Amino acid sequence: MSNRIPLLTVAVSFAMLAAVIFWVGTRDQSAPTPAQAKTANAAPAARGDTTESATKSEDVAVSGNAASERSEPLPGAAQPGAASAADDFAPPARSEIPDDEFGAMVRKGRDIFTDTQQHADQFVGNDLQCANCHLDEGRRPDSAPLWAAWAMYPAYRGKNKHVNDFAERIQGCFRYSMNGTPPPRGDEVLVALESYAYWLASGAPVAKNLPGRGYPELEAPEQPPSFTRGKQVFADHCALCHGSDGQGQRAADGSLAFPPLWGPRSYNWGAGMHRVNTAAGFIKANMPLGAATLSDQQAWDVARFIDSQERPQDPRFTGSVSETAEQYHGEHSMYGQTVNGVVLGQDAPPSGTAAKVNQP
Amino acid sequence: MAIRKCTLSALVWLLSVSPWVQASPSDIANQGLGENIAPCSSCHGAHGEGNAAAGFPRLAGLGAPYLEAQLDAFASGARENAVMQPIASALSTDQRSAMATYYSQLSAEGAQASKGQSDNPPDTGAELAEHGRWANDIPACVQCHGPAGVGVGEHFPALAGQPAAYLEGQLRAWRNGKRPGGPMGLMASIAAKLDESDIKPVAQYFAAQSPAPAKGLDHE
Ligand code: HEC
Ligand code: HEC
Ligand code: HEC
Ligand code: HEC
Repeated sequence: MSNRIPLLTVAVSFAMLAAVIFWVGTRDQSAPTPAQAKTANAAPAARGDTTESATKSEDVAVSGNAASERSEPLPGAAQPGAASAADDFAPPARSEIPDDEFGAMVRKGRDIFTDTQQHADQFVGNDLQCANCHLDEGRRPDSAPLWAAWAMYPAYRGKNKHVNDFAERIQGCFRYSMNGTPPPRGDEVLVALESYAYWLASGAPVAKNLPGRGYPELEAPEQPPSFTRGKQVFADHCALCHGSDGQGQRAADGSLAFPPLWGPRSYNWGAGMHRVNTAAGFIKANMPLGAATLSDQQAWDVARFIDSQERPQDPRFTGSVSETAEQYHGEHSMYGQTVNGVVLGQDAPPSGTAAKVNQP
Repeated sequence: MAIRKCTLSALVWLLSVSPWVQASPSDIANQGLGENIAPCSSCHGAHGEGNAAAGFPRLAGLGAPYLEAQLDAFASGARENAVMQPIASALSTDQRSAMATYYSQLSAEGAQASKGQSDNPPDTGAELAEHGRWANDIPACVQCHGPAGVGVGEHFPALAGQPAAYLEGQLRAWRNGKRPGGPMGLMASIAAKLDESDIKPVAQYFAAQSPAPAKGLDHE
């Protein structure tokens, strides 16, 4: 008697099992769920769009106004990047770096440029690499390629109101884009980066604005750039890689695969990329990675969205956001503007000192 | 009536205690489920490490949303494969989801087994994998799949150590419209830009990489 019940259990269970298998086997034959349904990440935490200010008309001419830093980054350039093909000039192939002392310095420069975190970390205050904004190791046209930059310096820059040589131009990217400390003049890091740029420019004409230099300058958008529309563009086209919180993603080995677009580990409020027009040009030509297909309007909108997020303080901060905005930020900057009830720059983490994450 | 109810509750009880009916993901993985579903392990290995010789991919450590999307695509026929299609269709939506979670949680280290299949990947494969071909708007494969193809997050599967024949097959499947484009259609558009002569070398490059990433070696 005592072992009859288990027997019965087993028998009934088998019957049930058979039924379940049959049911399972028939139930989902036509399950349509396509893989693509899983595509989009969740949108970033909802934010209202209450205080969006209308964008002033696109006037990129030098205004002479101390507050307007735009229109100078590419000295001598009437229409940077207007022609997207750089057929006129091609940098030497990767394999052509000479096998001598000079070549060794070129390689060092390339390594610093592509893995700044590893090879120049003492000068870096965020998670970015030079090559994150200058794609294909600084070779890609319309991605501010080094070969097009080298022979355009020395040049006057409105940003600091004096003639900058190439080394000082690079120091600027360390200070702002890399949120770090510029390597001192003569430091090997600068020499190596200069050597790499010089080598990439082998055969390029001096003081000639080559097609593909800088980022393309987009026409003024039909509608003023919108935070709300930009947020949607971000969710649809960017969050997959940069994360729905914009903080990027790491690969399985812990290295950074997709860089952060805002927050304490991204470029600071003094960087060129913080300007909506500059970011729009970069994005239009280069993002989404490998599928740069946004319309101009989408590029403007999403640039407005990412550049309306908090990031490290402008290193030129005077102690007052409104004063700093007045002195250094022009019409394409969201710095000091009120977005969703918050004054951008007010809660910015200090520049240049962001603590590294995952540090042993 | 009362008897019917009684039987019913007895059945429900049996259902809830019976080990076979409850088939956990690990049961399905190792024992299969009924006649339609051979144990996954018989092809994908006891630890989801895959089988290089047979060209069965590793599943261990790939992102759950990725794996689930693949099982759904096999089931719907959007991803065409004669072996996986009947298996995926025989699993319920929930079971597919559970299997995806199960394999995503297995360590890629078990996947060592499939390594060493092509020890000398051709240089052309390394060039494409590590630098891409920007003249054709092809980013480096490692920009999305991580250094040496170790994988990034939940949507960019590891390629490291996958059987070369499998990787080649997938690139061709996209080119022939036999696999859905995946997130934002990114991979389908990249595959379309490859030349036939790119496929073998780049597949061999990733097949030769170690599937278990060395964590935190560089970059902070
Ligand atoms: C966050 C993005 C970003 C990062 C990171 C970055 N840059 Fe830049 N860089 C820019 C922008 C924006 C410009 C201005 C381009 C324009 O206005 O079209 C620029 C311009 C330059 C120029 C001048 C280009 C020209 O044609 O005049 C050089 C040289 C340069 N960067 C080097 C570097 C180096 C070296 C690093 C790493 C230490 C670096 N950049 C990191 C965004 C970045
Ligand atoms: C397929 C993945 C992917 C998608 C989608 C993508 N990006 Fe990127 N993005 C990258 C990668 C990778 C880099 C670094 C490029 C490099 O190092 O070559 C990058 C760099 C950037 C940078 C400069 C570096 C930084 O952190 O500021 C900006 C700005 C940017 N992306 C914005 C966007 C925007 C806006 C979108 C959506 C329209 C987008 N990206 C979509 C992968 C992606
Ligand atoms: C008879 C062998 C066999 C069995 C059993 C089997 N698979 Fe597969 N599986 C394959 C093959 C072959 C492929 C490659 C299909 C292709 O080329 O598209 C594959 C591919 C997959 C993929 C896609 C992997 C990727 O990287 O995209 C998943 C997910 C998967 N199988 C899950 C399972 C699960 C879960 C089970 C058990 C329920 C299972 N498989 C049982 C042979 C098998
Ligand atoms: C812009 C980002 C991106 C780049 C660059 C990229 N991939 Fe992918 N790849 C993906 C995504 C996303 C998937 C997942 C597709 C899916 O979900 O169906 C994928 C999947 C794959 C798969 C299928 C893996 C599997 O387990 O079935 C292979 C093979 C592959 N990629 C090879 C490559 C190769 C080779 C390159 C370089 C030539 C490359 N990928 C470059 C985004 C990218």
